Amino acid sequence: MTDRKTFSATGTAPLTRRTALKGLAAAGGLITAPGFVRYAQAQSSAPIRIGFQCHRTGIGASYGRWYERTTAAAVKLINEAGGINGRPVEIVIEDDGTDAGRGAEVVAKLANQHKVDIVYGTLFSHVVIGSAPTAEELKIPYYVVSEGYHVASGQLNRWCLQPGITDVRAQVTSVAPWIAANAGKKVTMIYPDYAFGYDHRDYLPPALQQAGAEVVAKIAIPPTETSFTKYFPQIPSSTDVLYHVMVGPAVLTFVKELGEFYGANGPQLFGFIDSLEAVDLNSPGLDYLDGSHFWEGFARYAQPTDTDAQKAYRAAVGIDDNGASVNDPRDVSTAGHMFGCWETLYVIKQAMEACNYQGPQDRAKLVEATEAITTIAEGPEHPQGDKVFDGKIHQVFGHQYISKMEGGRLNVVHKTSIEDGRYEPEADYTTQPL
Amino acid sequence: MAFGPHLLLAVLEGLVTSAVLALTALGLSLVFGVMRVVNVAHGEFFMLGAVLAWAVATTVGASPASGFAAALVIAPLIVGVVALLAERLVLRRVNYDPEATIVATIGLLYILQQLALTFYGADARPVPPPFNLRISLPWFGYSAYKLSIIATSATLLLLSWLVLTRTRAGLIMRATQYDRETAQAFGIPVGRVYAAVFAIGAMLAAIAAVLIVPISQAHYLMGQDPLLLSFAVVIIGGLGSLRGTVVAALLIGVSDGVISMFFSPTLAKLIATLAVAMVLVFRPQGLFGKVAR
Repeated sequence: MTDRKTFSATGTAPLTRRTALKGLAAAGGLITAPGFVRYAQAQSSAPIRIGFQCHRTGIGASYGRWYERTTAAAVKLINEAGGINGRPVEIVIEDDGTDAGRGAEVVAKLANQHKVDIVYGTLFSHVVIGSAPTAEELKIPYYVVSEGYHVASGQLNRWCLQPGITDVRAQVTSVAPWIAANAGKKVTMIYPDYAFGYDHRDYLPPALQQAGAEVVAKIAIPPTETSFTKYFPQIPSSTDVLYHVMVGPAVLTFVKELGEFYGANGPQLFGFIDSLEAVDLNSPGLDYLDGSHFWEGFARYAQPTDTDAQKAYRAAVGIDDNGASVNDPRDVSTAGHMFGCWETLYVIKQAMEACNYQGPQDRAKLVEATEAITTIAEGPEHPQGDKVFDGKIHQVFGHQYISKMEGGRLNVVHKTSIEDGRYEPEADYTTQPL
Repeated sequence: MAFGPHLLLAVLEGLVTSAVLALTALGLSLVFGVMRVVNVAHGEFFMLGAVLAWAVATTVGASPASGFAAALVIAPLIVGVVALLAERLVLRRVNYDPEATIVATIGLLYILQQLALTFYGADARPVPPPFNLRISLPWFGYSAYKLSIIATSATLLLLSWLVLTRTRAGLIMRATQYDRETAQAFGIPVGRVYAAVFAIGAMLAAIAAVLIVPISQAHYLMGQDPLLLSFAVVIIGGLGSLRGTVVAALLIGVSDGVISMFFSPTLAKLIATLAVAMVLVFRPQGLFGKVAR
């Protein structure tokens, strides 16, 4: 394109070949840099960009690590099967630091700088609640893989959807009858002192009451607490069941101190798997939990009843029969939650195909298409089980698994029905303008 | 639970907190007393001690007791070396200027935290206690290991007091603390004393952390609480005063245990913060501190 000596576009400013090449390289770099991507070819072959708001650091980091792996595995399969609307899916990851402020910044960055089509992925309730207004302001669909009642309660806005995992209200409502029938009638609750814990505090007691049991004490523990013995005297001696849900790194201490405090004479334990996500059940001190029960969203340990879809999901995500990484048995997964990423991505695919999503101009159509989903069938795309989606509250309802800890593994003893977790919706997002 | 056993449990819990806090705060107090350096990275040396304790205990791994013993020796030594390097490479370069060292140690805080995140990861990991013994009282059970923390800490504090008051090294430290220029004029290698004191301060935090790991795990963000509480302790007790540090640690630890058990943990933190404010208003040098010359 140039002769050996000079190249001049205008005839007045000669350029050396080296300068021209540098200029070309710089322009090329700019074009491929994030935020500058503009495809010369038809829009239809450009990737669909999904912004992933990920807990890479902060207290949610173990979840983030596994959310990332699950997402990568699902996207690989989706792309191998032809992508969405014939276009490949591309995931753009930003770390939200498990921090509400950072979360909102990340949503804006993904939308404005990375020009993603939608934002997806985050778990911790404070990050979801902190980010939701930004999603609404930018009018970008925000698919969360969280659990709090914030989406279903109507607290957020029409752009926020939770189609891949059940919310806490449904979870506690569905397990309450089992607790009352099998563990005991007098329940003391121990829960973290913030939004996620309050969902448990507010919705378990009425569900238990309906099942003929009662909550005799509610003990809120600050989420940053590192020692728990000082709370144990608040547990009434009449307690049959200690219902615990802990988050963050302190759960091992909690269980160990519980063992020291009660010895062999303590109340029955019923825990939410959040207490033990990413924690090896054979960690020192956890033997105290033997014989106790946990709720799980997805069974961490392979069960004799596992379907082919569940087996294929385990293989794709890279977890063994114990729910640990196939590469490192000490790297225990967050199996009870991360399936939500897989299933949410398939819901996004389903909705994008239903509305023939082409680009950001179709974002409102995408929300409406998601709202139109009602039933979700069990299968390779939804290995956790069949589900029902309520478009008014943007929330999915599904099954829960109650497992017993025996000999260092969790064996499923009960599967709740979808109806067990249903409640009367208190909101209707579809009346809000898009 | 009846009032008596309830109070007993509260005091036991408070004493464990005090024991760890006293050791951590002593390190901070020593560094400030001798070097006039406000070490904001002190909590990260604590964290580093805990994280290294996990690494050492896992590597040795023969039995919980030997793993823990190895951690108790090796982790503080490594932390000491890291502190020594930081002192030589950073604090000395800014000539121990009070404002510059604050900013420099904030930087150090982030570097240590990110290194821990990069190499250790974001998970909280436990170290098995050297022995598992449950002391069964009529009202509740209590961990014998927790009681041993109190004894270990008391022994180490006594040892520190002996070193500071009865040995030549202690004399040199106190001379440097009293008057840096005069000490230098008398041939005391102030630079080396500073390096040693900074390393010892960090090692005290690391020892406290190794003691706590079996009951609260190692996590890369665990440095913040010990830092804040240590500051509260040295402000209440008086910077550079060993007696003040121990008394203030007992005050904060036990009151935290009792108040948070009978009322709420938030109230306990409120009262501790209020105590810090009151001391700053009415006795800025601390309960046992001397007025700065």
